[in-house]
Amino acid sequence: MRFNYQRLAASRSKTALAAMDAEPLPTEPITNAGAPPDLRRRRRTRETIIQGFLFLCGFLSIFITFGIIYELGKESYLFFGNQQWSSTNRPLAAGIDAQQTVFEVEPQGAAIQEGGVYRIESEILFLDSVEGTTVTAQRGYQESAATPHRQGLTLEAELRPNLAEFFTGTEWAPHNGKFGILPLLNATLIVSGIGILVAVPLGLATAIYLSEYASLRARNRLKPVLEVLAGVPTVVYGFFALTFMTPLLRSWFGADTVNIYNMASAGIVIGILILPFVSTISEDALNAVPRSLREAAYALGATRLETAIRIVVPAAFSGISAAVILAASRAIGETMIVAIASGAGPNFSFNPFEAAETMTGHIVRISGGDLSYNSVDYNSLFAVGLMLFAITLLLNILSQRIVRRFREIYE
Amino acid sequence: MLRKRQGFSESQQQLTVRHTMGRAWLVGFQIATLVGVVMLTVLLLTIINNSFGLTAVENEIDPESLAMNGIPLEQQSKEQMVEALRVNVSVGLFARFEHDQPIAERDAANILDLIQEFVIAPQVQESWTLYDLMTRRAEIEAIMQERYPSARLEFRAWLTWDFVRSQQSSHPEIAGVRTAIFGSLWTIFIAILFALPVGVAAAIYLQEYAHDNFINRFIQTNINNLAGVPSIIYGILGLALFVRAFGDFTSGAAFGAADPSTANGRTILSAGLTLGILVLPVIIINAQEAIKAVPNSLREAGFGLGATRWQTVWSHVLPNSLPGIFTGSILAVSRAIGETAPLVVIGASTFIQVDPEGPFSKFTTLPSQIYQWTVRPQGAFHNIAAAASLVLLILLLALNATAILLRNRYSRRY
Repeated sequence: MRFNYQRLAASRSKTALAAMDAEPLPTEPITNAGAPPDLRRRRRTRETIIQGFLFLCGFLSIFITFGIIYELGKESYLFFGNQQWSSTNRPLAAGIDAQQTVFEVEPQGAAIQEGGVYRIESEILFLDSVEGTTVTAQRGYQESAATPHRQGLTLEAELRPNLAEFFTGTEWAPHNGKFGILPLLNATLIVSGIGILVAVPLGLATAIYLSEYASLRARNRLKPVLEVLAGVPTVVYGFFALTFMTPLLRSWFGADTVNIYNMASAGIVIGILILPFVSTISEDALNAVPRSLREAAYALGATRLETAIRIVVPAAFSGISAAVILAASRAIGETMIVAIASGAGPNFSFNPFEAAETMTGHIVRISGGDLSYNSVDYNSLFAVGLMLFAITLLLNILSQRIVRRFREIYE
Repeated sequence: MLRKRQGFSESQQQLTVRHTMGRAWLVGFQIATLVGVVMLTVLLLTIINNSFGLTAVENEIDPESLAMNGIPLEQQSKEQMVEALRVNVSVGLFARFEHDQPIAERDAANILDLIQEFVIAPQVQESWTLYDLMTRRAEIEAIMQERYPSARLEFRAWLTWDFVRSQQSSHPEIAGVRTAIFGSLWTIFIAILFALPVGVAAAIYLQEYAHDNFINRFIQTNINNLAGVPSIIYGILGLALFVRAFGDFTSGAAFGAADPSTANGRTILSAGLTLGILVLPVIIINAQEAIKAVPNSLREAGFGLGATRWQTVWSHVLPNSLPGIFTGSILAVSRAIGETAPLVVIGASTFIQVDPEGPFSKFTTLPSQIYQWTVRPQGAFHNIAAAASLVLLILLLALNATAILLRNRYSRRY
């Protein structure tokens, strides 16, 4: 075969040819008499540098991942090491001077613990023993200065977010010492659950229709619509949820039952957002099922529906479940819709018509104002973010596993 | 014989049931498919519905009271207008006008604008949507009579050329999206500047150079996972990394370009870089697909002529995959333009009246502006949020159309 040199020259480019020309040609005529030509592999510095640079660009993605994990981890660690104080409402019964280690407190108020860390004004105390209202304490604990305190100042108990409270507490108010992530997590799960409930049946039905029933013309008209639906910015969806979906729900179920900001409206709109996601990936999975399977089913007398539901869908199961999981991960990470439509303020409620803040909504609201670094709010952002990252990463890995594990390969 | 016939009619009956089921489900599938179409239509209608409608406008001062000796305001001389302005605004405000631009240097039209904005100060008391306008006209007029007897009812298109052209303002009547559009373009420009070369280089490495070993498989899996990370996580990363850790660099202090108002690192540069790493995995994956589509014969021809790997890639693989790479990148960019959450986390300032001047300026973007206006309770802000959404959608549509054109024009089949 003759190589079309002209085409090479025309299509591309002077640089390549120039580079080839630049390779030094042997100057002496090749004869048998002289030393044999050097056929050893030449070291190409330029090529090595370029390859190194390309590798670095690829490696940058790993750097980004570790950057995410490092930053989230570091600030979350600071969050869990953060000291917070909450009042016990137990004032000193009498003033104390800087050295006094045994003193009296008023009897009413919250219980105080032996071995606990407390604060009066800016001095930190470690309580050695508590007998009724008599307290024995180490003064000037944690390198704070021991100072006299007057009567009536209250003891403040130390609060540190700990993992057990983080996962089981039902109240989230970091600046007040309440560190339970459950309200945020619960709202996230309810909102994305509603989204999944809307998107999966609709998306799957759309995929089956497009792949098994629709004519080529109908497909070519419907697919772009779904693509546009997937391309609408989420903030526009948020606007839609607030100005259309919420009033609609309020007119259906009554303005008394449905809050202006509610989880249901955000969830339904998230469902619309992830619908094209579910339908596109599922349709790809359905299309990958070979024709021979369908034809075999028709030959056995199955109707179109039976072929679709009993043969094609099970055969594409791995792809469909991956689509659902990816959609769930997307719904959990969705931010603007919930930030706009689902309400501000954590609320541990299972009623979808109530307002409740999700994890993402919380991050947006807290970071929207001017945050001071190293405050408990700033650090809490990262603890919530780490949780969110962990959930979505697990879901993504799970979907990849499912595809790899359950994929049916036909020839 | 009888039994056989019974069996036959039973299966006949079953067949009818099965066909009926089939038809019923098909209708179900069709309805489900239509839901997507209907939703898109309703979404667009909602936005259009909010971008146009009726407003109850009330003036602070009746413009006719500014007429002098029977000459209406518009026809007065500049000196008369300046006088009208001076009498009707506070001394401080008048001094501010003088400070911004000396009154003597302003022309009559400019003075008229100032009078319009600060003296007559038309205020939208209440607004109704296009749908209200068509269905409840009489009711609205009754409300007008009752609540705003001195106001006039006006049809108003919130999306106008003035809206696109004018700057941000705390009055929804005169607010515009100009600063936001510039902010969006700047951040996207920086994002592309960072993500496109790096993304394409990474894709070339993975497709053309990488051997199938642990580290390369890890890079590939990692890129797929990064594509699924919620955008807000990138916002948190950007906040910790670009805004806080590299604050000196992103605020321009390291280059001596520090503007005290941006010393906190919440600048266009931070936002652009954050969007850049956000779209990087998408660009890599798209570019990989485009490079994969280049047939092997081209590479082999290159190698056969003695070209090195890089020469082959640079002069054959890359030119042939360029349309695909650009299409994918435009789609990634259109995703980045609509992205709001990471920018809110990084701290897009919400109220900025001056156009951004460079990478170290404070900024606001179109989607963050829509978000800020949407969460305000006053109705008129919802109207401009809808109008801004329309601007954003038109921008996205233009981008996507370009991508499709590119795809159709340059796509080659081997």
